[in-house]
Amino acid sequence: MNRLSAENVTLAYDQRVIAEQLSVEIPDNSFTVIVGPNACGKSTLLRALSRMLKPNEGRVLLDGQVIQSMPAKKVARTLGLLPQSSIAPDGITVGDLVGRGRYPHQGLLRQWSAEDERVVQESMARTGVAELAERYVDELSGGQRQRVWIAMALAQQTPLLLLDEPTTYLDIQHQIDVLDLCADLHEEHGRTLVAVLHDLNHAARYATHLIALRGGSVIAQGAPKDIVTAGLVEEVFGLRCQVIDDPETGTPLVVPAARTARARGRAEKTGAARAS
Amino acid sequence: MKTNRAVRTPGGLSFRLDVRAFTVVVLLLAVALAASVVLIGTGDFPMSAADVLRTLVGEGDAGQELIVNELRLPRVLVGLLVGASLGLGGALFQSVSRNPLGSPDVLGLTQGATAGALTVIVLFSGTANQVALGALVGGLVTGFAIYVLAWKRGVHGYRLVLVGIGVAAIVTAVNGYLLTKSDIVDAARAVVWMTGSLSGRDWDQVWPLLALCAVLVPLVLAHSGALRMMEMGDDVSYALGVRVERVRLLLMLSAVLLTASATAAAGPVSFVALTAPQLARRLTRAPGPNLVAAMCMGAALLVGADWVSQRAFGADQLPVGVVTGVLGGVYLLWLLVTERRAGRI
Repeated sequence: MNRLSAENVTLAYDQRVIAEQLSVEIPDNSFTVIVGPNACGKSTLLRALSRMLKPNEGRVLLDGQVIQSMPAKKVARTLGLLPQSSIAPDGITVGDLVGRGRYPHQGLLRQWSAEDERVVQESMARTGVAELAERYVDELSGGQRQRVWIAMALAQQTPLLLLDEPTTYLDIQHQIDVLDLCADLHEEHGRTLVAVLHDLNHAARYATHLIALRGGSVIAQGAPKDIVTAGLVEEVFGLRCQVIDDPETGTPLVVPAARTARARGRAEKTGAARAS
Repeated sequence: MKTNRAVRTPGGLSFRLDVRAFTVVVLLLAVALAASVVLIGTGDFPMSAADVLRTLVGEGDAGQELIVNELRLPRVLVGLLVGASLGLGGALFQSVSRNPLGSPDVLGLTQGATAGALTVIVLFSGTANQVALGALVGGLVTGFAIYVLAWKRGVHGYRLVLVGIGVAAIVTAVNGYLLTKSDIVDAARAVVWMTGSLSGRDWDQVWPLLALCAVLVPLVLAHSGALRMMEMGDDVSYALGVRVERVRLLLMLSAVLLTASATAAAGPVSFVALTAPQLARRLTRAPGPNLVAAMCMGAALLVGADWVSQRAFGADQLPVGVVTGVLGGVYLLWLLVTERRAGRI
């Protein structure tokens, strides 16, 4: 059985239901990427998997236990999350911020062990921010800052790591940078990664397991090579496209159809609708 | 500049110490205590610091004993405790709301306590103790109202501040109405109470405050680690294993209790809760809530302001709230001007 799964969950914010009876398994040691159009519930699903959103029905299981019933710090030692919105406190240095990732491992009598120190150094080295340790977080560029937050999540030393749109607001080079880092983290220790991504081509290139959501239901899941087809993209995103092999990696590459072709498609559709 | 030091014992215990913050706390504590000794020696019967200290350890003559132990010591202790409570309460509110303006003065808590006190003074002509009780109840009710109104899937910083400002406006209007309803004697009493004063405080005010601080301060400090995490946003702190809603409720309740009881004891002493945490933060230069430093700063500020008011205007001529108001007002302006320059507000 996989360590993290959602069973028949109904997810809602107040009265607004985002997903009903949704079941998802996160394969162990996978780099799972969740894709789907805006408002399909992908971030909501991630919030439920990280116990930030309590399902109205159904349950999220971590290591066979209902995640809400587990001690908060114990969950935090198993499952890390890089949320979309995080606030760097005024005047905090990189080293200090990354150090805060050790919180679930600390207590009143174990405030800063040698192990904490070592893990923080290692996490900063791993994400390439070690030389920034003494700098203030508010002075950093967007790309550097995102790596600092990833370093903090790494310092938490969790076998599972969830990332909510880790590439948003970054330019293309830094997007690839962050994704490469994720791929490394996944390969190195067999860490299980779950990320929500907007860019379907990035998802297809980096994911080992892809979950395509639409309207709060899973439309398809599996290895990108097996599931990403023109039909699927049209069904999930409502976009006509071609899927070709990525010349660099051989993974599926989604090429949207030209504007004129899509216009023709729409005309045919309405024409067919009129005829019938 | 790195000032964090880790202290580790062979048994696997480890403690973290921010040297600069620790030094600031020690210095502020020293200032507060020194100011207390000087303040005890100030008045119609001046005493030297040495005499005060001698009397405090029980070696003074009968006259000195009376002046120090019965008249001036309780007043100074109330000042220290009120200042510490306001400093800590303010630091908690500012940290939870992630906003320097999220302090009890701005949120309407102090005004709520005032409304409670005014109700007792104007409508019931109550005794001093009843007024204090009224202030406490008023503060707690206002705190509860703010929490309920600001609560929507978790209290968010700006929401809390905006709701608090709205509540403050309403309660201020109520206070104005109560004042217009009062006769001249009650009105004079109410106005004196509303400025915040330490004059005439005795041991009856010390004990309840001391007991409350003895319970709340350790409780709050035990959660300061979680509060530090919560400054990075609810999502990050959830991810790090903080039970955000529970910790926030507990800390807000503590902050309301601290502020309301401080106000009950000394009246709405203005701006200490707003300024103490900000000043402390600028001295320690440490991110995080700086709870202990804010507490010591509050105590030092209040006793210092009391000394200034007695020194400049004579005993009981000028309520301490006027001095903290002037100092705090100037500081607030300075803060707003510099923050604006830094592009933060």
